[in-house]
Amino acid sequence: MTLLSVDGLGIDFGGLTAVNDVGFSVSPGEIVSVIGPNGAGKTTLFNMISGVYQPQRGKVILDGADVTGLAPNRLAERGLSRTFQNLQIFQRMSVLENAMTGCHLRERGPVLSDLLSLPSSRRRSAVTRARATELLERVGLARASEREASSLSYGALKRLEIARALALEPRILLLDEPAAGCNAVETEEIDHLIAEVAKSGVAILLVEHDMKMVMRISRHIVVLDRGEKIAEGAPAAVSRDPKVIEAYLGTQSVEAGDAVG
Amino acid sequence: MRLSQKHLTLIVLAVLVALAPAFFPSNFYYRIGALIFVNGLAVTGLVVLIGFAGQISLGHAGFAGIGAYACALAPGYLGLHPGLAMLLGAVLSGGVAWLIGRPILRLKGYYLAVATLGFGILVSMVLANEAKITGGPDGREVAELGLRSALASIGIGLSNAQFWYAATGLSMLAGAWIALNLHDSPSGRALRALHDSEVAARTVGVDVARLKLSAFVISAVYASLSGSLLALMNRFITPDVAGFLHSIELVTMTVFGGVGSVPGAILGAATLTLLPQALTVLQQYENLILGLIMMLVMIFMREGLLPSIMRRLKGKG
Ligand SMILES: Nc1ncnc2c1ncn2[C@@H]1O[C@H](COP(=O)(O)OP(=O)(O)OP(=O)(O)O)[C@@H](O)[C@H]1O
Ligand SMILES: [Mg+2]
Repeated sequence: MTLLSVDGLGIDFGGLTAVNDVGFSVSPGEIVSVIGPNGAGKTTLFNMISGVYQPQRGKVILDGADVTGLAPNRLAERGLSRTFQNLQIFQRMSVLENAMTGCHLRERGPVLSDLLSLPSSRRRSAVTRARATELLERVGLARASEREASSLSYGALKRLEIARALALEPRILLLDEPAAGCNAVETEEIDHLIAEVAKSGVAILLVEHDMKMVMRISRHIVVLDRGEKIAEGAPAAVSRDPKVIEAYLGTQSVEAGDAVG
Repeated sequence: MRLSQKHLTLIVLAVLVALAPAFFPSNFYYRIGALIFVNGLAVTGLVVLIGFAGQISLGHAGFAGIGAYACALAPGYLGLHPGLAMLLGAVLSGGVAWLIGRPILRLKGYYLAVATLGFGILVSMVLANEAKITGGPDGREVAELGLRSALASIGIGLSNAQFWYAATGLSMLAGAWIALNLHDSPSGRALRALHDSEVAARTVGVDVARLKLSAFVISAVYASLSGSLLALMNRFITPDVAGFLHSIELVTMTVFGGVGSVPGAILGAATLTLLPQALTVLQQYENLILGLIMMLVMIFMREGLLPSIMRRLKGKG
């Protein structure tokens, strides 16, 4: 039972082919990781799947429907949620408000009722507030909820993005390097959180340079190099694949375990 | 339960509006107060557009012009009561904002600034050139609202200056209440979110184009009502109300006082309405000093007057 599948996906930037002919699929509750050296095209792939970039070739199928090139907010309505490698936090809002904004699709209503603060508007906000507070507890940020988001540490902001993405109650979650810049303890927490979310039935697509984490939690791994898929399969098989080892040569061995790049 | 920030702000504003007359040296100050409130209403709308949604407009006086001339023309041409004319102006401004906002709001930054500027210039040109209808650059008389005499007949006797002080003050407070409601509502959060990161706002499901348009329409209605009040209060209006200078003045007040903050922008409107009055004693140096003060405030208080003061108070407290 496949929830998301991509097929032949590709995009060029000027003369550069950033991603070419990439295909794979993710099922509910499954964690699929996309790995590859810096500049391999992982983020670009995420941007195409989430509608931030329009794919020039190929298809994105979500729950049986062709969603190629749909706007990000339309994809969000269909249950796709994501985080960003280079943090896209709402800087001038509080931590709680950031998480609350993740509930937008559930809490939105007529602008007029928001302007007049009608009971329905206040009710929507109250429900959202409770839900966002729960999520902040889940990622360990409950105590920071009233702080301005820009005052948080990098690791905390990473977790805030995860909380915001989870607030959508997604069916598929795209995480772009959720553990980057986090210490060992934080990384382990994020690791647990991802496993837990997957267990609840959410399909997860993960980009992560922390190979220990990737090998431990992925069900399936897709390896990109210079925009092309060079291997895919179970973690053990992928880490022994000569093509994969070669792609990483010169940077670091896949099995070395530390972050690459 | 603790008093929310919103209620605290509204109470402080209401108390200031109510108590200020006790300190007025002369009746002339009722008029200054009313001018502050008229500007305060317009800048509150700009807080929604610029401060919340992060979209610039250098043409909002155009909507003030529509509101003002609705009050000047509709009673004569359509036989509408001036109060209804004010509503008609608001609906018209909202409609025009909705129409031009769709193509214009796709633009960003200085492109958007120039496009809105063009709209403002267009409105003031039409008002100045259609002299047969609008009276042209010399302006036009505006009908009496009639509310003051109605109040007098039920025993509330106010001088003209007092009446307009109260009417514009209440309008500004209502406007502040609505903008503060929006700030902490689902729509307000979405607006502020797209201000900080459009791509992240989209990925959480915000329909960015639709929400920007809502903010544009809302701010246009504020500007329109402000123009209507000005016309009704002065009983006379010229195309200057829609002019480029008025647009710039409104944006300046908003940014000067604190673009993301409703009371901040109102403080900006108050300061920049009062300062020129206070500085007239300096005669030919008036504009020089005014310009200098504005530059110094923006250099040393880059978030604007009120947010910077609040931050400093909090930092020490
Ligand atoms: N908007 C863009 N315009 C031009 N080139 C781009 C754009 N986005 C990505 N690229 C290029 O596409 C290639 C793939 O970049 P991408 O960010 O997807 O790599 P990545 O695998 O995520 O790398 P990293 O591990 O460093 O995050 C790079 O060469 C990058 O410079
Ligand atoms: Mg990347």
